[in-house]
Amino acid sequence: MATTLAKAADATASATHAARIEHVSKSYPGPAGQQLVLDDITLDVAPGEFVTLLGASGCGKSTLLNLVAGLDRPSAGEITTDGRPALMFQEHALFPWLTAGKNIELALKLSGVPKPERRGKAEELLELVRLKGAYRKRVHELSGGMRQRVALARALAQESKLLLMDEPFAALDAITRDVLHDELTRIWRETEVSVLFVTHNVREAVRLAQRVVLLSSRPGRVAREWTVDIPHPRRIEDTAVAELSVEITEELREEIRRHGQH
Amino acid sequence: MASTDSTTVAKDGNDLAGLEAGLDALETRQTGRPPFRQTFVEKILPPVVAIVLVLAVWQGLVSFKVVDDPTKLPAPSDVWNVVQTAWLQGELLGYIWTSVSRGLLGFCFALVIGTPLGLLVARVKVVRAALGPILSGLQSLPSVAWVPPAVIWLGLNNSMMYAVILLGAVPSIANGLVSGVDQVPPLFLRAGRTLGATGLKGTWHIVLPAALPGYVAGLKQGWAFSWRSLMAAEIIASFPDLGVGLGQLLENGRNASDMAMVFEAILLILIVGIAIDLLIFSPLERWVLRNRGLLVKS
Repeated sequence: MATTLAKAADATASATHAARIEHVSKSYPGPAGQQLVLDDITLDVAPGEFVTLLGASGCGKSTLLNLVAGLDRPSAGEITTDGRPALMFQEHALFPWLTAGKNIELALKLSGVPKPERRGKAEELLELVRLKGAYRKRVHELSGGMRQRVALARALAQESKLLLMDEPFAALDAITRDVLHDELTRIWRETEVSVLFVTHNVREAVRLAQRVVLLSSRPGRVAREWTVDIPHPRRIEDTAVAELSVEITEELREEIRRHGQH
Repeated sequence: MASTDSTTVAKDGNDLAGLEAGLDALETRQTGRPPFRQTFVEKILPPVVAIVLVLAVWQGLVSFKVVDDPTKLPAPSDVWNVVQTAWLQGELLGYIWTSVSRGLLGFCFALVIGTPLGLLVARVKVVRAALGPILSGLQSLPSVAWVPPAVIWLGLNNSMMYAVILLGAVPSIANGLVSGVDQVPPLFLRAGRTLGATGLKGTWHIVLPAALPGYVAGLKQGWAFSWRSLMAAEIIASFPDLGVGLGQLLENGRNASDMAMVFEAILLILIVGIAIDLLIFSPLERWVLRNRGLLVKS
């Protein structure tokens, strides 16, 4: 397992894309025949890039993330990723029968890390998300923010080139979310992992990303893209963040209004 | 540019660490065991009071001659004397051990058969369609019904007792595992799959541990059914060569019209059933639930 993964990584070491989504469509059988959820999406994520997918309900952003994660197959088009991506959910999805440390060790084990190395690596990853003493903590003993940090550490344990995040901070309170934004930015810059981050929160998208991709709804199409070159560290209350957020929000509202017109 | 950038990052990083430590401290709840006094008043005292009340009413019925016939209702003290005599003659532990060893051994067989069976029913669609309804049906069939055929097939011996226990307990254990597996949140399965736990790895690392609470509940019920089935078998198929268990003791009491002995047997059956549950299954269940934060502290 470890060797095949390493080989795959070698083979694609010169890969110019962490993920390449080419003309991907997805439809589900609905009451009125096939319902198109995603329509001809083309999107690349460069190695080390941070991209946010932004859209209102029904834009199929979570569907797209599931496709990239390999949990579902596209109806048309092709998705290639550099190795198996890691996925983080809105719910922490930590296993309650394991301690925080053992959750991370399970991810290491399933990625083929030999047993003697797992404990040390798990401790390192916990330290990375600043939860040094939490190895023996049970999931229910951790706060919401701590759980998401352990979930992040578990996702990073897979050593994937690409980290997929499905509204991971949506269920947290505003203060914790703001702190985790800083934390994620720091970890992204330290680990040089590529991130594809799904959200419906415009400020969150602008605060975190290098590139914001707006999806239209029903079916989901790429509506517009913005490159965000505001230097880090960014703050949610920065004027530059606010200005771009206003611009994107206008565009998003325009997208939403179109659905009320017919 | 680079140097100023890195210093701001470092400063910001330090602030962030402090901020995060503060948030963690604020949001972490301290959990611990309640003090013994509280446990005693809330958990231990009420059942003790209830038992004392029942004994008092019983003694009252006899003392005030509401029921004035020792062959119908013996006094608690008479029952106590019978228990004491059996203890002094060294027979009491023998009765209990005969039944408990049979019950636990039968339960272990049921565990070995019921667990893979439950897993097959839960995970293989065809098997579920074929056996699922039968297993649920068997669970509602009183296991006493199996005693006559078991005697005819296997004769009056220990194998017949074990057969009856198995038929009583296997469906409970298998069904417990099935419902445990059915209740595994889909999110865990998705999370497992993205971590690379598919197929047998997924079953071993995700499905089985996630299904443990349902499985343990099934084990608990399986034990209750084992014990009931065994008592039914011992009462109906009492045969001196099999050794006297609690069921036979009850039957012997009935044959001798010795109501004190009948009460002794009933009380012992009740106490042993409860004791095994309190000593083995309840702690197991509480341990599983507490580890997952599912034990609601009231």
